[in-house]
Amino acid sequence: MSGSTPSTSHTSSPAGDELRAQKIAFLVMVAIIAIAPVVVYPVFMMKVMCFALFACAFNLLIGFGGLLSFGHAMFLGSAGYVSAHAAKVWGLTPELAILCGTAAACGVAFVSGLLAIRRQGIYFAMITLALAQMIFFFCLQAPFTGGEDGIQAVPRGKLFGLIDLSNIAAMYIVVAVIFLGGFLLIFRIVHSPFGHVLKAIRENEARATSLGYDTDRYKLAAYILSGTIAGLAGATKALVFQLASLTDVHWTMSGEVVLMTLLGGLGTIFGPVVGAAVIITMQNYLAQFGAWVTIIQGVIFVICVLVFRRGIIGEIAHALKKSL
Amino acid sequence: MEIFGIPSQALFGQLLIGLINGSFYALLSLGLAVIFGLLNIINFTHGAQYMLGAFCAYLLLNKLGIGYWWSLALAPIIVGLTGVVIERTMLSKLYKLDHLYGLLLTFGLALIIQGLFRNEFGSSGLPYRIPQELQGAQNLGFMFLPNYRAWVIVVSLVVCLATWYVIERTKLGAYLRAATENPQLVQAFGINVPRMITLTYGFGVALAAFAGVMAAPIYQVNPLMGADLIIVVFAVVVIGGMGSIMGAIVTGFGLGIIEGLTKVFYPEASNTVIFIIMAIVLMFKPAGLFGTQK
Amino acid sequence: MKLKQKLRATLLAASIAAMGATSAQAQISDNVIKIGVLTDMSSLYTDLSGKGSELAARMAVEDFGAAKKGMKVEIISADHLNKPDVGSNLARQWYDVDKVDVIVDTPNSGVALAVNQVTREKGKAFLVSGAATAALTGKDCSPNTIHWTYDTWMLANGTGQAIVKTGGDSWFFLTADYAFGHALEGDTEAVVRKNGGKVLGKVRHPLNTQDFSSFLLQAQASKAKIVGLANAGGDTTNSIKQAAEFGIVKGGQNLAGLLVFLTDVHSLGLQTAQGLILTETFYWDANPQTRAFAKRFSTANRGIHPTMVHAGVYSAVLHYLKAVEAGKTDDGTKVINQMKSMPTDDPLFGKGSIRQDGRKIHPAYLVEVKKPSESKGPWDYHKIRATIPADQAFRPMSEGGCPLVK
Repeated sequence: MSGSTPSTSHTSSPAGDELRAQKIAFLVMVAIIAIAPVVVYPVFMMKVMCFALFACAFNLLIGFGGLLSFGHAMFLGSAGYVSAHAAKVWGLTPELAILCGTAAACGVAFVSGLLAIRRQGIYFAMITLALAQMIFFFCLQAPFTGGEDGIQAVPRGKLFGLIDLSNIAAMYIVVAVIFLGGFLLIFRIVHSPFGHVLKAIRENEARATSLGYDTDRYKLAAYILSGTIAGLAGATKALVFQLASLTDVHWTMSGEVVLMTLLGGLGTIFGPVVGAAVIITMQNYLAQFGAWVTIIQGVIFVICVLVFRRGIIGEIAHALKKSL
Repeated sequence: MEIFGIPSQALFGQLLIGLINGSFYALLSLGLAVIFGLLNIINFTHGAQYMLGAFCAYLLLNKLGIGYWWSLALAPIIVGLTGVVIERTMLSKLYKLDHLYGLLLTFGLALIIQGLFRNEFGSSGLPYRIPQELQGAQNLGFMFLPNYRAWVIVVSLVVCLATWYVIERTKLGAYLRAATENPQLVQAFGINVPRMITLTYGFGVALAAFAGVMAAPIYQVNPLMGADLIIVVFAVVVIGGMGSIMGAIVTGFGLGIIEGLTKVFYPEASNTVIFIIMAIVLMFKPAGLFGTQK
Repeated sequence: MKLKQKLRATLLAASIAAMGATSAQAQISDNVIKIGVLTDMSSLYTDLSGKGSELAARMAVEDFGAAKKGMKVEIISADHLNKPDVGSNLARQWYDVDKVDVIVDTPNSGVALAVNQVTREKGKAFLVSGAATAALTGKDCSPNTIHWTYDTWMLANGTGQAIVKTGGDSWFFLTADYAFGHALEGDTEAVVRKNGGKVLGKVRHPLNTQDFSSFLLQAQASKAKIVGLANAGGDTTNSIKQAAEFGIVKGGQNLAGLLVFLTDVHSLGLQTAQGLILTETFYWDANPQTRAFAKRFSTANRGIHPTMVHAGVYSAVLHYLKAVEAGKTDDGTKVINQMKSMPTDDPLFGKGSIRQDGRKIHPAYLVEVKKPSESKGPWDYHKIRATIPADQAFRPMSEGGCPLVK
């Protein structure tokens, strides 16, 4: 989304001030994660973390790569199914199950990426949407996914064969570690030379090509990274909820991650986390009001697109004149 | 009689159903192609507007006693007007931005509309009776063809071809196509381009609503009826070529038939065949079958 | 001084009595019995369960006289949207955070299986009225679940058997593609084969399908005598309506609605539904008690009369409260055991019992839908053709494969 993304203008290696702001924000985030389970339902926090990672992965592609994927659910869902199947049917330990799920998402990202990267802008979005729909129908019909019933009763198992994850504290720590690890990985990618080339491509692809960069290769790499990390989130989520279902491959899930990132702030580091937290919290507390959740999500979309394009973190960053 | 090992009764029956589905694909992708061709906006709300047309017909019948034939004219006008309002108040603000924002806005609008109706009406289908004149079926030997479904095919063809004629062969259509290419120049000639854009969006929406009224007696009136359909229609438009009117029509009908055939020979793939074709077309002809590289 | 001593003694006695009372109460978690009605409130099963199920639960609490007995009972409800992940997350949250003690109803077998699992993990209680899959008392049976009202085996051996015996010996199945549809199709196929019939083909359709034209064409092409509808609620009524459009019956085939509810007949109208054979375990017009219940129920439910699912919720909640009172605890596993040890008796199902595998036993009725001329008014739709005694209506415990059965 070149030109109109509220990009943080000082984008090279964050010097002094900015790094401090980001470090502080990171520490705040870690503190919240550490303290939250005392006051908030731990399963709810785990859900927030999984979706925050999902949104961060999505943001890598659009916020920094400039490519709007409308099919990210295919990574979340397919990783979830493979992870659930690995844990339940193959009896793998949780870390291996999550690895299997993430690998599956990587494969899906590779194949779909080869097809989708050829086009840009709206066409790219449409293609990812259609590819995700193909994955949805495959998951609907493949016998191992259980169709409408999903894969139920997924055992959490023993981490490394030692730590029983049905203990909620253990599971929580594992999810927190995975989330923070994924988050830091994305931070590293964004601030690496690779990340800089990506941003250059987003701003002006023709110029990047003229400088000698194979833009298609970079975009494909970003796409696969984004898809794989999204898969990591999905594989972990399947173990948290001990269920893998069609909801995770449905296109509404793709729309939700767009919403979370848009609300939090496209192209900001912490935006997707905040966006995910807000949306999941809203879903939880308004669940009793049925379809109002969808309506409110639609309203947030409209408002964000019309008048709130920078998103929550984007606006805060703009006010503080830092990048977050 | 068997063809390729399938009884001809099953084959022709599914082909006919495929043609009916294709009629809806064609009508809807026509509206999308018209809107995209002129505004460069992917109208994600199209599915919700299709649903609005069906609900309009349902409410007109159940609250005001207005029947099917009047609804065919009234519903598109009413829903088309809501489209005009959307364009004037919201979409027009996004033209100078990246086109993806238009996609996101219309996606949000679709969520709102579908959510409101789901809240009010639940997500199970509401019945809408087939109009008296079109009830009954013809016994064609290999299947009973309900009259109403034959009517759907005929009307879709007529509407599609009429739209194509207006856009490609009349002066109004020429202005439209010129405004797509070079809005400033056309404006300099004294044509009110913003008004044309607004009316075009309204027309595209009206087409969707028209399809909705046609669908009400067959597919039941339900708030999510457009939600999964819209993605298939996107694929149709991509295959046909994003701005091509004839492409949308031909691909719509064609894909309906292919889907019907797939149901006979390989039912498991019938949901995905359209997307597979899309992937193949994109690999060899990225602009679509009838599209021109933009 | 004697007065003071007497007073002290009385006070002591009173406090001992109070302690005794509170220690009995203390075994009821948080002093409140919380019932969660998990149902479909917005989709294709909403008429046969939905808000009516919540109403039935409230009526049971009223009739039990909880207030007079000093027992605090609360009821909450939620919509599971026919999605197993929504249902299982709601169940988990209800048990962990909202202190719900028992979940009731849950139409949709996929959701029910998921909730069954969560309930077992948390040691709570689950009383299934809406869902049908016989696996709940078979390989997925649990010491925390009782399957009330009906199940797929009963339907297959009621409706399925009756139709095969009247000459319907070749079948084509139109099946809802999830746990319930598969179970119903499987059980009915077994019955068809056992009685010497053949299954000529099957086709699976997604849950909540609006357009059955292509599936019905396949059914027609198979030339089977019977088109078996292994679906329910809105799916069944749509299949039947569209079958009429495509001339299925005119072409010489017959429809078998394997699961049809009173509300489905109401939605179809007697003109379309007449002659349909169905099996149910409760009909509102069967006797004076059921009629009285129906009157109270329909007045509070916009005139909609109770289906067997609603009746099942009433009966289950009533028995549950009796068991909590008798056992003085609302610990899930203990209450379920208590419920199994007490014979059941309520105005809707009469006398019955609960087996070790969690199956509630009561008689079933083979019903034919009346012709328009035979009906005296709205909701007067069913005539009871035969009664299947309780010990024959449900699958023998030994055949289920339930690990709880020794």
